[in-house]
Amino acid sequence: MSEPLPTPVRKGGVAGWLRRNLFGNPASAVATVLLGAALAWAVPRALHWTLTGAVFRADEAACRALGHHAACWGFVAEKHRLILFGRYPYEEQWRPLVATALVLAMLVATAFPRLWRRWILSAWAVVLAVFLFLMGGGALGLSRVDPGEWGGLPLTVLLTAVAMTASIPLGVLLALGRRSTLPLARTLASTYVELVRGVPLITVLFVASFVFPLILPQGLPLSGLARICIAMTLFEAAYLAEVVRGGLQALPRGQYEAAASLGLGYWQTQRRVILPQALVLVIPSFVNSLLSTFMDTSLVTVVSMYDLTGSLRLALGDPRWRGFFLEGYLFVAGIYFVSCLALSRYSQWLERRLGGWARRTREARA
Amino acid sequence: MQASPLSFRTRSGRARLYQLALAAALIALAIGAAITTRHNLEARQIRSGFGFLAEPAGFDIGEGPVPYTPQDSYLWAFLAGLGNTLRVAAAGVVLSTLLGTVIGLGRLSRNALARWLCTAYVEVLRNVPLLVQLLAWYISVTELLPDAANPIRLLPHVYLSKSGLAYPTPVWARGWAFALAGLPLGLAATWALFRWARARRERTGHTPQVRWAALVVFLAIPALGWAIGGAPRALDVPEVTPFNVAGGGGVTPEFLALLLGLVGFTAAYVAEIVRSGVLAVPHGQTEAAAALGLTRRQALRLVLLPQALRVIVPPLTSQYLNLTKNSSLAVAIGYPDLVSIANTAINQNGQALECIVIIMGVYLFVNLVTALGMGVYNRRVALVER
Repeated sequence: MSEPLPTPVRKGGVAGWLRRNLFGNPASAVATVLLGAALAWAVPRALHWTLTGAVFRADEAACRALGHHAACWGFVAEKHRLILFGRYPYEEQWRPLVATALVLAMLVATAFPRLWRRWILSAWAVVLAVFLFLMGGGALGLSRVDPGEWGGLPLTVLLTAVAMTASIPLGVLLALGRRSTLPLARTLASTYVELVRGVPLITVLFVASFVFPLILPQGLPLSGLARICIAMTLFEAAYLAEVVRGGLQALPRGQYEAAASLGLGYWQTQRRVILPQALVLVIPSFVNSLLSTFMDTSLVTVVSMYDLTGSLRLALGDPRWRGFFLEGYLFVAGIYFVSCLALSRYSQWLERRLGGWARRTREARA
Repeated sequence: MQASPLSFRTRSGRARLYQLALAAALIALAIGAAITTRHNLEARQIRSGFGFLAEPAGFDIGEGPVPYTPQDSYLWAFLAGLGNTLRVAAAGVVLSTLLGTVIGLGRLSRNALARWLCTAYVEVLRNVPLLVQLLAWYISVTELLPDAANPIRLLPHVYLSKSGLAYPTPVWARGWAFALAGLPLGLAATWALFRWARARRERTGHTPQVRWAALVVFLAIPALGWAIGGAPRALDVPEVTPFNVAGGGGVTPEFLALLLGLVGFTAAYVAEIVRSGVLAVPHGQTEAAAALGLTRRQALRLVLLPQALRVIVPPLTSQYLNLTKNSSLAVAIGYPDLVSIANTAINQNGQALECIVIIMGVYLFVNLVTALGMGVYNRRVALVER
């Protein structure tokens, strides 16, 4: 008979945690020492570079004196208006500021499931209209600003908001089309979705800037911004269609049969029974699409629009400050990172919460 | 009374009517677009059709595996672009798989420090747009690295500078051709060896240890070819001159920045896929394998990996496709990939429709081939249910 095993070591407390997580076995101990040494070397230097040694004033001489051994946030201090608002007229930049704040406030409000009511759709329509009016002006004492001059964060927010809201109806239609009993509708929707998902966004943006002017009648006054908005919408709708389709497939057949037995027609069934349930199910995936749309908008830089990414490149065009590009990229990347992290955390929170909701409804039904 | 096939009163009749209306609307739209396009093209004096493909392109392409001169045709230029796309995609797929696997397993490590670092990597890289990362890499490569006159020496004869990475390459000779020819032979011989080992195990119950023998066979046949071909040993070694790094093989800063950006970004997604794949195999499988007396390595190879791979491979393939599609961002930093070439061609001759049809067609073809391959793979690994 074999010997009895020794009593397990008590593993509570900080010491126990350290033992398990940092020195659990020889390999882990070696990794801890190596990684710890690397961090001990890197972290103080990184802190010095970003904070303690850095210059925060827009003082070019002081920045040059640093010799890149510490960050020159002076570049951001000097150029933040250009990076954030692009080429929008300097005196009028309160308008994009207010407009963007409005959209962001609306976004925050929408984040509360308690406010998911029908009126929130109308509220979004009003907010977007006010946004466009504030940006474009041309009435009520606001001077007119051509869409070609819009830029920076407001442009990024605008593209995201328009592409997202406009692609919802199209995406829902495409998803319904893919599950339709009409062969023609099914083929068309499937072809469209697979075609668009198969090509890079850049090619779709090229279509917007090169092909739209060719296939649209010449009298049609469509600005570059409008063309890009349409292209982004057409692109994101294909991805959204797949998201919605997931929700449609998650619903039990019984829902269709119950609707049919109540004598509801196709559109009534979809509008009153299927879509309200399916769309709530996919809200977390929907937030993830919002996140990728937000990141995708950076690509409009390639077709010469000055969104957040593009206006950073504009700011870096100044040869006096070009050397401090790392600070600029960190600033812009920081904006994207904080927004995206918040969105993805929100989506995870929502998933847990709605998961609980879905479970409760299932249990209530059972 | 028999209802007409196009009646509003029957469901099938309505279905036919709706589809007819849809088809009519689409056809009208298409005809309208065709007419305006024709009109617009005439007004701008732009030709149409794919005839331009045979004409000389006239612009230069800085790099690539496909030999190209400005006198070559547009078609050849597109092929050179495709070659560049595939080159960066192939390198990106290999490197991001390696890096992503390391980071994904790192997130599952028992070491908390490794876990945190890998989590931080994934969170940061996934939440910053790829284009921002690419532009940052490109400007870093071109601004922070030293001039080509005094490059950084990474290894003996490997130099990194503003003009890219330079490294030694073998001078092409008959021996290398023989070695290349030996490669498939070596592969076939290795495969035969494994088959023999398997047949032997099934017949006798003993597993012959062929791993090292297989490696030797795999390497020996190409080496033999190299030796028969005259054992060429000449290397084209890059040398630092007062002005630049001359000779040797190399990659441009554009390629380097694109590769770094794509690999860093995609690796974060690969890491998540690997992590969820490993977590998808229940712990009971490890215990069951141990109960059967398998060693840890056997358990990993025969029980855990096949099950994890079934979860990992499909999303991994779509990440590879994403990487290939994302390589089109090359146009932002001037790497001559397929999309950049098309962009240049459009700016030269204005034939946007044709050029965009070409690039979309190529991407769709790549997608289709991958989807077919995935279908075959899924059928092979799918669970056989009773």
